[in-house]
Amino acid sequence: MKKAGGKTALKRSKEEDEEQNQIFNFNRKPADEDKDDDLSDSEDSVYSGLEDSGSDSEEEEGSDDDEEEGSDDNDDKMKEKKEGEVSEEKKKHEYEHDSSDEEDIRNTVGNIPMEWYKDFPHIGYNLDGKKIYKPIRNKDELDDFLDKMENPEYWRTVHDKQTGSDVVLSDDQVELVNRLQRGQFGDVNFNECEPMVEFFSSDVMIHPVTNRPADKRSFIPSLTEKEKVSKLVHAIKMGWIKPRRVEDDGRGRYYNLWASEDSSILARHKMHLPAPKIPLPGHHESYNPPPEYLFTDEERALWEQQDPADRKLPFVPRKYSSLRQVPAFSQFIHERFERCLDLYLCPRQRKMRVNVNPEDLIPQLPKPKDLQPFPTTRSLVYRGHSGLVRSISVSPSGQWLASGSDDGSVRFWEVCSSRCMKTVQVGGAVKSVAWNPNPSVCLLAVALDSVVLILSPSLADKQVILSSERLLSAQQEGEEPAEGNGSVVWSEAEGEELNQGLRLKIQHPKAVHQVVWHAKGDYLASVMPDNTSHLQVYIHQLSRRRSQNPFSRNKGLVQCISFHPIRPYFFVATQRSIRIYNLVKQEMTKKLQTNSKWISSMAVHPGGDHVICGSYDCKLSWFDLDLSTKPYKMLRHHKKAVRGVAYHRLYPLFASASDDGSVIVCHGTVYNDLLQNPLIVPVKVLRGHVMTHDLGVLDVTFHPTQPWVFSSGADATICLFT
Amino acid sequence: MGGLQKKKFERGSATNYITRNRARKKLQLSLPDFRRLCILKGIYPHEPKHKKKVNKGSTAPRTFYLLKDIRFLLHEPIVGKFREYKIFVRKLKKAYGKTEWSAVERLRENKPTYKLDHIIKERYPTFIDALRDIDDALCMCFLFSTFARTGKCHVQTIQLCRRLTVEWMNYVIASRSLRKVFLSIKGIYYQAEVMGQLITWVVPYQFSHDHPVDVDYRVMATFTELYTTLLGFVSFRLYSSLNLVYPPKLDSNGESEPKEESEDDYAMNSESYLEKLSALSASLARVVSSADEEEAQLDQFPSEGEDMEKMEAREKELKQQEAQKKLFEGLKFYLNREVPRESLAFVIRCFGGQVSWDKSVCIGSTYDVTDETITHQIIDRPSVGKQYINRYYIQPQWLYDCVNAKILLPVEDYFLGVTLPPHLSPFVEEKEGDYVPPEKLKMMALQRGEKPGNEQEEDEEEEEEEEGEQEEEEEQEEDDNGDEEDDEEEVAEEKNLKKMEEQRSQDKSLHVKVTPGKLKVENKARLEQEEKAEEKRLAIMMMKKKEKYLYDKIMFGKKRKVREANKLAAKRKAHDDSEKAKKKKARK
Repeated sequence: MKKAGGKTALKRSKEEDEEQNQIFNFNRKPADEDKDDDLSDSEDSVYSGLEDSGSDSEEEEGSDDDEEEGSDDNDDKMKEKKEGEVSEEKKKHEYEHDSSDEEDIRNTVGNIPMEWYKDFPHIGYNLDGKKIYKPIRNKDELDDFLDKMENPEYWRTVHDKQTGSDVVLSDDQVELVNRLQRGQFGDVNFNECEPMVEFFSSDVMIHPVTNRPADKRSFIPSLTEKEKVSKLVHAIKMGWIKPRRVEDDGRGRYYNLWASEDSSILARHKMHLPAPKIPLPGHHESYNPPPEYLFTDEERALWEQQDPADRKLPFVPRKYSSLRQVPAFSQFIHERFERCLDLYLCPRQRKMRVNVNPEDLIPQLPKPKDLQPFPTTRSLVYRGHSGLVRSISVSPSGQWLASGSDDGSVRFWEVCSSRCMKTVQVGGAVKSVAWNPNPSVCLLAVALDSVVLILSPSLADKQVILSSERLLSAQQEGEEPAEGNGSVVWSEAEGEELNQGLRLKIQHPKAVHQVVWHAKGDYLASVMPDNTSHLQVYIHQLSRRRSQNPFSRNKGLVQCISFHPIRPYFFVATQRSIRIYNLVKQEMTKKLQTNSKWISSMAVHPGGDHVICGSYDCKLSWFDLDLSTKPYKMLRHHKKAVRGVAYHRLYPLFASASDDGSVIVCHGTVYNDLLQNPLIVPVKVLRGHVMTHDLGVLDVTFHPTQPWVFSSGADATICLFT
Repeated sequence: MGGLQKKKFERGSATNYITRNRARKKLQLSLPDFRRLCILKGIYPHEPKHKKKVNKGSTAPRTFYLLKDIRFLLHEPIVGKFREYKIFVRKLKKAYGKTEWSAVERLRENKPTYKLDHIIKERYPTFIDALRDIDDALCMCFLFSTFARTGKCHVQTIQLCRRLTVEWMNYVIASRSLRKVFLSIKGIYYQAEVMGQLITWVVPYQFSHDHPVDVDYRVMATFTELYTTLLGFVSFRLYSSLNLVYPPKLDSNGESEPKEESEDDYAMNSESYLEKLSALSASLARVVSSADEEEAQLDQFPSEGEDMEKMEAREKELKQQEAQKKLFEGLKFYLNREVPRESLAFVIRCFGGQVSWDKSVCIGSTYDVTDETITHQIIDRPSVGKQYINRYYIQPQWLYDCVNAKILLPVEDYFLGVTLPPHLSPFVEEKEGDYVPPEKLKMMALQRGEKPGNEQEEDEEEEEEEEGEQEEEEEQEEDDNGDEEDDEEEVAEEKNLKKMEEQRSQDKSLHVKVTPGKLKVENKARLEQEEKAEEKRLAIMMMKKKEKYLYDKIMFGKKRKVREANKLAAKRKAHDDSEKAKKKKARK
C-alpha cells in the first residue's frame, strides 16, 4: 500500500517483483513442488499482515461492508481472517491511536535488501517467529504474459516484495489509490472545508485556557526598567537629553528687520564692494530680434570655432515667429550658477575706469600758425643725380647748394632756380659734403672712400675766391708736412682735377664717413668708423695742412661728430652715447645718454647749449646740456629710422629726415632764461620724396638765412620746402 | 647697530592677507562649511596688489582673503552652529550604527538649526542696501520656484521660493512699479522701480529643467537660503510700506472676486490659497482700508534757469510715468490657454488692466470668454474658431511692446497670424553714434505723438536719414585720411605732368592745346577743417608715451564701435533690399 505512489510506481514495483520472481524461479526450481501445499496458509497469513498494516487499519474497518460487497473472490478468505484475528486485534488495541508510519510488520526482518534471502526458501519471519516461505512459483515471462492476458484481476495485482506474494487489491483499495493520486484525502467522508473552530475566541470563557498561577516577577517592580529610567534621568540631569524642542519654524517668519535703522556702518562695510550687477540684455537676446542682429552663416561658423571664453556673445541669437515656439534656455541654471560662483569666488577690486575725453589727452600746444615762419610746401625739386643723394650742404651765403651722390658726382645748384651750375666727377660714392661755414672763403669738403677732397667751386665773388685760394696756398709757403701722422697724406690736385676745382686731397687710412667744418672754417674733422682702433677721428687744419688724431683710446664706434659753434668743444657720437670733449683742456666734459639703440645723426644748436640726435630706432632726442645728460625730450614722430637732423641757424626750427619719406619740421624755441625749458612743437610734416629701396630721405639741411629746408632722398632728387 | 634682524614677510601686505586654507584652519571649518560661511556672510577673496610679496615669494596661484575679514568671521555665531551640526551628524551616524532608533528619533527632533536674520541685518544695515542687492535674490528664487518638487533640493525650499516670488509679484502689482519687460531667448526680464531703485530679474520660461551635471547644487542652495531670508524681510517691509497685510491676504470685498466653485478642485485649503494668490487676479487686503491714497503733490519750488528746465523735465517724466501706470486701465483681457498665463497676468495687472482666463487653466479666473465686455483676447495660435466681433485678437508681444513703449501701440501689427515686428530690448539706451534699429526710431516717433502716415514713405525717409548718417561717418573718416588723399592728388598730378613730359620727349611736335583753366574753388570750411586736423595730428605726435597709448586705445574702441554700427546698418540694408526684391517679385 505504501508503495502506491502512482501508477508508474506501481508498475515499476511490479516489474521489480517479477524480476525477483524470476530469480527465485531460477534458483528454486527443485523446491517448487515442496512449497505448493503451503500456499494457502501463506497466502492467508500474508493477507492478514496486509490487513493489519499501520494507518490504514481504520479505513479498512470503515469500508468493510463495501469490501464485502465488491470483492467476490476474497469473500470467504476475509471471513476466515476476521474470525482468526479477533484476538490479535484486541491485543493491538494500545497501538490504535498510533498513527505513525511504522514499518511493515508482516515480515519482521526489517528494512533490509531482500536479496539477502534469495538463497533461502523463506523470505523472513512473521510475528510469531515462524518462517515466511516464498510462494512456490514457476512463473516465467510466458506465464506472466498469459496471466496478463487472461487474469482480469491482473491490473490490480501487486507484488509484495516483503512477503514475495501477489496481492490483489480490493475495490476500496483501488479507490483509495486513485484518490491519493488525485491529491485528495484518503477518507471519502473527510470534509476539508469545515469551518474552523477557534480555540481563542473573542468570547470570554468561564474557564481560563491555562490554569497557571501568575509569576512572582509580575508582582514586583522591574529592575531592568528601573535601570533604564535611571539612565534616562541621569542623561536628562547631565543635559545629554534635551526636552523636545518646541516646533517653531524660524524660516518663513518675517518681521520688520530694519525697524531701527541706525546708520552706524561697520568698518567692514567701508571696505565692502557691492558686486556689480549683471549686464542688461540687448537686442541680440530678444526672442524676435531685428534681422540685422541675427548671425549670418559666416558669423555663426566663426562663433562655433571660437573658444567659449573668446566669444562676444555667449549664445547664438535666434528668431522665433511667435512666443509659443520659444523653447527653454538650456544654459539657464548654468548662468545662475556662474553668477553664484562669481559672487563668492571672484576677488573684487575697484577698477578706476579712465573716463577721460580723448581730446583732453592731447596736449595744448601753441598753434603752428602762430609759430610761423616755417617751411610748408615743396617749391623746388633739384633733379640731375642718378644715385642716392647722400649728403647736401648749403653755402654760407645761401645761394648755392652742394650735393654728393652715390653716382660719384658732386653737383652745385643755384638754390633759387634749381639749376645745376656745376658737376664734378669725383669717381666714387660721395659720403658727405660740407661747405666751409666761413663766408669769406668758398670751399667745399667732400668725403668719399678714404679721401677727403677740398673743392673750390669758384661760385662767388672774385675776392672770396681769391681769399680761399690764399688759404689753400698759405701752407705751401710754410711747407710743413704733418710728420706726426704718417697715415694721413696731404696732396695737391693737378691737371684735369685742378680744372674741375679740386684743390687738395687728404688721403686717409680708412674709408671716411663724414666730414665737418669748424665754425671758423680753418679746421675740419673727418670720421672713419672703425671698431678696432683708436684712429677714428682726425682733425685737419687747412691753413697748416696738418692732421692730428685727438683720441688715444677707442671708446666705441664713432657715428658722427660735430664742432661746438662757439666754444672749443667737440661732440663725438658713438653708437649709444654722445661725448663732449674740451679741445683746449684735452678732456671729456660730458657724456650724454641717448636711450636709443643706434645713433644716426646729430646736430648742435647754434647757441651751443642744445643737441638733437636722431637714431635708427625712430627716435629723436633733444638734450639740454645745462639740464641733464639724459634727453630732455624724446620725440617718436617718425615711423622709420631717422637719417638726418638739422638746426636752423637763425630761426627756432629743427628738422628730422626719416626713412618713411617724411621730413618733420619742429619749432624749438630756446630761452635765454635758464628756468624755462625749451618749447618744442612739431609744426609741419613735409612729404615729397618717393621711397626707393626702403630708403626715404637721407639728409636734411636748412637754408642759412631763410626758413627753408632742403632734403635729399634716395629717389635721387633734392627738394626745397619753403 | 643693535636691534633684531628684520625678517621677511612679517610686516606689510604679507600680514594683511591670509590664504584660504589657513583661513579655514583658523576657523576650524571644513571646506564646504567655510564656503557656506563665506556665501552667507558675503566674504569674497581679494587680489593683493603685489602677489609675490603676499605669497611669500612664491608665484603659485592662491586665493587670498583679507585677514580682517577672517577675524570678523571668527565672531560669527553661525560658526558654532556649523560645529553643532557636525556633531549632530556624527551622533546620528553612531545611533544608526547601533540601531538605537529611539536615539535617532530624539536626535532628529533636536536637529540644530540656525537663523540668518542677524546676518541680513549686518550685511544690509539699511533697507535701501538690501533693495539694491535684491536682483540676484529674485532671479534665484524665481529659478528655484520653477524646479520640480523632486530631487535637487528640499521641497520646503521650493515652496518657500514660490511663496516669496508670488508675494513679490503681488507687491509689484499693488505698487504698480513695473517699468520694463523683455522677452529674451533666456527667459522674461522684468524691471521694476521700487523706492527709487531699479530692480531687474529674469524668470525662465515654464518648462521643466534638464539639470546639468556640472553644477554644484549645494552652493546654489546656500545662496537660496540667504536669499529667501532676505527676500522675506524685504517683502515684509515693502508690504508694510503699502499698508498691505503680510503675509498677503486677498481682498475679500474686492470687485473682482474669484469664482468660488473652482475652489473645490484643490484638495488642500492651504495650497489653494497660495494658488489663488499666485493667480494674481485679485487685489490684496490692506491693513487700513483706505479707498484712495492721495498722491503727494510735489511742491513747486521757485527755481531759475537751468534748474527750471530740469524741474520741467522731471515733471514731464513723472507725468509720463503716471500715464504708464494706467496704461491698461479700462481694458479687459482674456488669455487663451496657450499663452504664458502668469507673465501676462502679471504685466496686465501691473498696469491696471483686468484679466481672466479659462477656468480650467488656473484657479482665479474672473470672467468667461463669452463676456461681451472683453476688449482684447491674447492668443498665440495661427487661427481661432469662433471670433467675437467686438474684441481684438492679438498676439502676446503686443502687451510687452506697449509696456516698453509706454503707450498703446497700434494693434494692426500684432493681429492673428500677422508676422510680428521685431521685439526690441528696452534696456538698450543708444548713445550718439550707436546703431539704432529703425523699429526703435519708429517707436520713438510714435511716442512723440507723430502719426505714422504712409509707412513706406517713412521707411524711405529713414533710409535716407541713415544714408545721411553714413555719409557723415564716411566724411569723418575722410577727414582722418584727408591728408593722405591730398598727397594722392599731388601724386596724381605729378603723374600727369610726367606723362606730358614723356609725350613731349617722344614727339616734339606736341599738339599744344590751351584749355580754359578751371577755377579751383577753395572750400574755406574744408581748408579750415584740414588745418585743424593737421594741428591735431601734430599735437598727437607730441603726446607722452603713456598718454599716447591710452589715447590710441580709446580711439581704437571708438572706431570699433563705429565699425560695428556700420556693420549692423549694412546688414539691415542688405536684408531690407532683399525683402523689397522679394516683394517686387511677388507683385509681378
